[in-house]
Amino acid sequence: MYLTLHRKQIEALLISLLIMITLPAAAENNGITNPLIRLATTTSTENSGLLNHLLPVFHSASGYKVHVIAVGTGKALRMAQDGDVDVVLVHAPEAEDGFVDADYGDHRHAVMYNDFVVVGPGNDPAKIHAVDDIHAAMERIAAAKSLFISRGDDSGTHKKENQLWKTAGIKPDSSWHREAGQGMGKVLQIAAELDAYTLTDRGTWLAYRDKSSLKILFEGGAALHNPYGIIAVSASRYPDINHTGALALIKWIRSKEAQQLIGDYRIDETRLFTPSANGDQIAASKESADNYR
Amino acid sequence: METLGNTTANALFLLISGDAELWQIVAISFQVSVTAILIATPPALLTAFVLAYGRFPGRRILISLFSTLLSIPAVVIGLTFYLLLSRQGPLGEWRLLFTQTAMILGQIALSFPILVAMGHSALQSADRRAWETALTLGANPMRAVTTVMWEVRFGLLAALLAAFGRIVAEVGASMMLGGNILNYTRNIPTAIALETSKGEFAQGIALGIVLLALAFTLNALFYHLRGGGQPA
Repeated sequence: MYLTLHRKQIEALLISLLIMITLPAAAENNGITNPLIRLATTTSTENSGLLNHLLPVFHSASGYKVHVIAVGTGKALRMAQDGDVDVVLVHAPEAEDGFVDADYGDHRHAVMYNDFVVVGPGNDPAKIHAVDDIHAAMERIAAAKSLFISRGDDSGTHKKENQLWKTAGIKPDSSWHREAGQGMGKVLQIAAELDAYTLTDRGTWLAYRDKSSLKILFEGGAALHNPYGIIAVSASRYPDINHTGALALIKWIRSKEAQQLIGDYRIDETRLFTPSANGDQIAASKESADNYR
Repeated sequence: METLGNTTANALFLLISGDAELWQIVAISFQVSVTAILIATPPALLTAFVLAYGRFPGRRILISLFSTLLSIPAVVIGLTFYLLLSRQGPLGEWRLLFTQTAMILGQIALSFPILVAMGHSALQSADRRAWETALTLGANPMRAVTTVMWEVRFGLLAALLAAFGRIVAEVGASMMLGGNILNYTRNIPTAIALETSKGEFAQGIALGIVLLALAFTLNALFYHLRGGGQPA
């Protein structure tokens, strides 16, 4: 008897809460039907500071406010698949194509790219700086059983790492291959503390470089190309999603102005991302790696 | 690499220089947790009262149930509400995921068992005769409840402080339900988690100091209210 009373109270509370919160939100609209866009993206775009550099400009140009939820690529795509966000900006082309093929999203648009690098302790126990092929480098790490910290979180970087092990024909063994299950920044810290190797996107690495004792030990090559794509969640699947807002963001981020902003974004005079809305798939990453120096 | 000493110094500088982003995070933390505790307290204390003074089958089981819920991990509450509030979930129509409301709901759920369990033991310690006398003297039940609660007000206040302490410091549920969105659902604990992962230790420590200062103020206030902690 008391239990039912209690449940009713909670229901009443939930409803009053709803009214309390939605009323002011509904009053805020000015011109645009829904001024709020939910963007699920990877930790690399947010932790590197790029989105803080871009989104205020988008806000003043369009009136849209973007709520950024920064998680791994796998989780970001999952949120989009469930219709909990309006648009995704991620870096795992295969998973993105699968997402679009399953009709969860409209179309994948290229935004920018950088590349992955392998960082590790300065003394390079597996001697990977001496080889010029990433698969040979991975083989050396495995052969030397040097400690390697894996993201282990189904992020874009983790997917890339798994693909590299697979291509090199290696089944990582947990005696030297440790899955941290954390974001890129945390993993770089763990690798530095343990004198271990890890795979990182260059953007996050540049943002952490000054706080880290690690060094870049391998870079370059088409296998380490890291393209970022943006996808609007399908409006036919979720009719009440903020599709208009998502399309406005996509159009803007691919505009000349935004692409210029991306290209101009630097940390310590080093460019983090190369804009690619007009002409993607610059496969020769050895070249692109040279551009960063 | 930063040392503990200069990290703390930088943290203090951030606090004193009135870093706007940092204080915005502090404000969100308070807004969310205070709303949650205000909503949770009346029904929770009423539940505690019914458990302490009511006589009905299943009472003991309910008491053990609330005590068990004290040890539920915040992230489990977060996951449960995430699944409820996600568009795929039964309450998906409300579109509450990644809002402050979702965080408030999670924090209500977290604080409720603490308020009930601690409120219950405080109310139990009250003299049962206060309740009976009030009723005999013709007070209506609501008035009698207030009388008994006033008798054990310090115990109830302690329950309130403990519940507030838990929700203002928890990271799991807030991270999952709020999504750690800047200037909207980024509160002190999720910001500390983020800053730590970014290697911005000073910002993390600064936020930690704010949280500690808050806990200290509340406890000092409580101590003062109790009249210096002397036995009555």
